[in-house]
Amino acid sequence: MSINEKIADTLIENEVGFITTVPCKQLAGVIEEVENRPEIHHVPSNKEDEGMGLCAGAWMGGKRPAIIMQNTALGVTINTLATLTQYYRMPLPMLISYRGELGEPVACQVEMAVHTKALLNQMNIPTYHFHKREDAEELDAILKYTFMCNKPVAILTDATFWGGY
Amino acid sequence: MIRSEVLKEIAPILRDQLVVCNIGIPSQELHAIDDQPSNFYMLGTMGLASSIGLGLALAQDKTVITIDGDGSILTNLGTLPTVANNVADNFILLIVDNGSYGSTGDQPTYAGKKTSLSAVAQACGCENVVECRAEETGAVLQQAIDSRQMTVIVCKCESGNAKMPVITMDPVVIRDRFMKAVQA
Repeated sequence: MSINEKIADTLIENEVGFITTVPCKQLAGVIEEVENRPEIHHVPSNKEDEGMGLCAGAWMGGKRPAIIMQNTALGVTINTLATLTQYYRMPLPMLISYRGELGEPVACQVEMAVHTKALLNQMNIPTYHFHKREDAEELDAILKYTFMCNKPVAILTDATFWGGY
Repeated sequence: MIRSEVLKEIAPILRDQLVVCNIGIPSQELHAIDDQPSNFYMLGTMGLASSIGLGLALAQDKTVITIDGDGSILTNLGTLPTVANNVADNFILLIVDNGSYGSTGDQPTYAGKKTSLSAVAQACGCENVVECRAEETGAVLQQAIDSRQMTVIVCKCESGNAKMPVITMDPVVIRDRFMKAVQA
């Protein structure tokens, strides 16, 4: 089974039924997998804060949401995470490509990579880092944890996890 | 007519529907005019009322009305293509377009100058876009509800705010009673 299939399976097993995505090259495979699963309503969004708004609405409408996005977008979501997701106590699994880590070919991606964990830490967002393929085994527990505590939770997935560029 | 007069007039229509209301004075006005558990008041996060409303409409079957503003639509202009391409026939986006940032001191927006939000919505692919005068809002809104077709309404009204108290309700209370209204 591919890693993309495994991630989609785990999301579906945890009844995640609404996923919004903003593309990243590293996430292309998982986004395609999500798009092809009839159990998941996939709504591509134009910006990550917009996507978090969609997720907030979907959750209040009775669907478990998730967002798939790149770490460089964390900056544009800080206000939304604080004043919507956290303030109203809403669950939000964030599957994030961790660009700018080992193996990164684009120097500018490193500029946000060095802020990624610090920003998440500052926001008190529980953060998990998938570096090796087997780390994905924890996704199931992370999703259960997210919907137990009604918080945004970040899953950083680096280039090594995805198998390079 | 200013926004608070529009809200007063449409309050009896809104009462039976799920309403997602824009941040700032619009939420304060709606809260003071006719507080309902079926109203979701945004206390922060400018720009996302339309996104929250669309997500809610896509996730369940009840009619959802988002009360937005021209300033907040401009803040999150990417929302209109998302709305257009993810049709939810139980979703109505009511943009109260007074040409100004009402909550911050009535500074003019570009929607009050050269930019037509109804033309933008149409260009984004929204199929049912109605621009109306403030006085017509009630009739247009009722028609949109009855049509069961996703509709974007741009209500052109005058700039100005009613003096209403800040909402002090806890956000989790707002969200919890709203979710119970969604499930009811």
